[in-house]
Amino acid sequence: MSFINYSSREINCKIVYYGPGLCGKTTNLQHIYLKTNPELKGKMISLATETERTLFFDFLPLALGQIRGFKTRFHLYTVPGQVFYDASRKLILKGVDGVVFVADSQIERMEANLESMDNLRINLKDQGYELEKIPFVVQYNKRDLPNAAPLDEMKRLLNPMNVIDFEARAQTGEGVFETLKAVAKGVLSDLKRLSR
Amino acid sequence: MMDSQLVLYEEDHRRILGVIGRLVREANSKGVFVVDKNGQLIAEAGEVRGIDSTSLASLTAGSIAATGGLAKIIGEEDFPIHFHQGTRDNLHITTVARRMILVVIFDERSSLGLVRLRVKKAGVELEKLFDEVRKRAESEGSAAASPFADITDDDIDNLFAD
Repeated sequence: MSFINYSSREINCKIVYYGPGLCGKTTNLQHIYLKTNPELKGKMISLATETERTLFFDFLPLALGQIRGFKTRFHLYTVPGQVFYDASRKLILKGVDGVVFVADSQIERMEANLESMDNLRINLKDQGYELEKIPFVVQYNKRDLPNAAPLDEMKRLLNPMNVIDFEARAQTGEGVFETLKAVAKGVLSDLKRLSR
Repeated sequence: MMDSQLVLYEEDHRRILGVIGRLVREANSKGVFVVDKNGQLIAEAGEVRGIDSTSLASLTAGSIAATGGLAKIIGEEDFPIHFHQGTRDNLHITTVARRMILVVIFDERSSLGLVRLRVKKAGVELEKLFDEVRKRAESEGSAAASPFADITDDDIDNLFAD
């Protein structure tokens, strides 16, 4: 649910990075944070455990520039990936405008990917959304690993709707900004479509 | 149920600032923030310079969401009032108008009793105000309000031209 503020001439949108545990959601945000000009970003918040697993969420506010005199601000959130943090995941999806699903390309994580995708669909439904109706991008992360599953297979299993998707190596930053741009564009196009 | 898009005009913002500016004074507080439950900062008043209000908004919404989850576990609908006591500054957090959160920062110049009393009054005023905003949004629909109705694909592409 975007927020249009005529007083400060700002539009604020919420993007959530979803995916199984250790797939690289936080790494995506860390890369964006590192590579963004200081004046365009706010503080990155990570509510993590001592072992650096996301406990509640990571949060990164970003300013992308102006459209028709309105500053566009995106709030990026990640969810905790581990199965038992489902209650937290539900809460973070509240008011979401666009979703990135980060899949772990390692063949042994395919079941975890599928489980997380099902979980995303269910939790969105709980909040009154349908995955088919919101801006949605899929990222196949860790493509460089030797045990990565074939891309065709991943697309078939995780992207049957054939939404925009990207191969990525979040640790080096490959594919990270492409993914962000695609989902941000989707959100803005959606705003335009809904305004008509 | 999914919430609709929130649109605030200058007049709405001015009225919100009027209410929370008065709350700052009447409660002897340091600062007041209005945040929506999705983590967006709506307005701020008082001595708020130096406070990262974007982070404050996101974390407040997260905290309200988490304690709301806790409430349901023990069979409560919600915990509408939260109080965090620090060594110097304290936080008083309440939910208003179903989707908004009112955050008051205060120190030894005020007291919990006074803050509670003033927040109650301000909460009623904000509730009325946000009810009007909601009703207007329902009657207008998103088309009348959005400045995004006639943006072009080029406008969007230009944002990403680096």
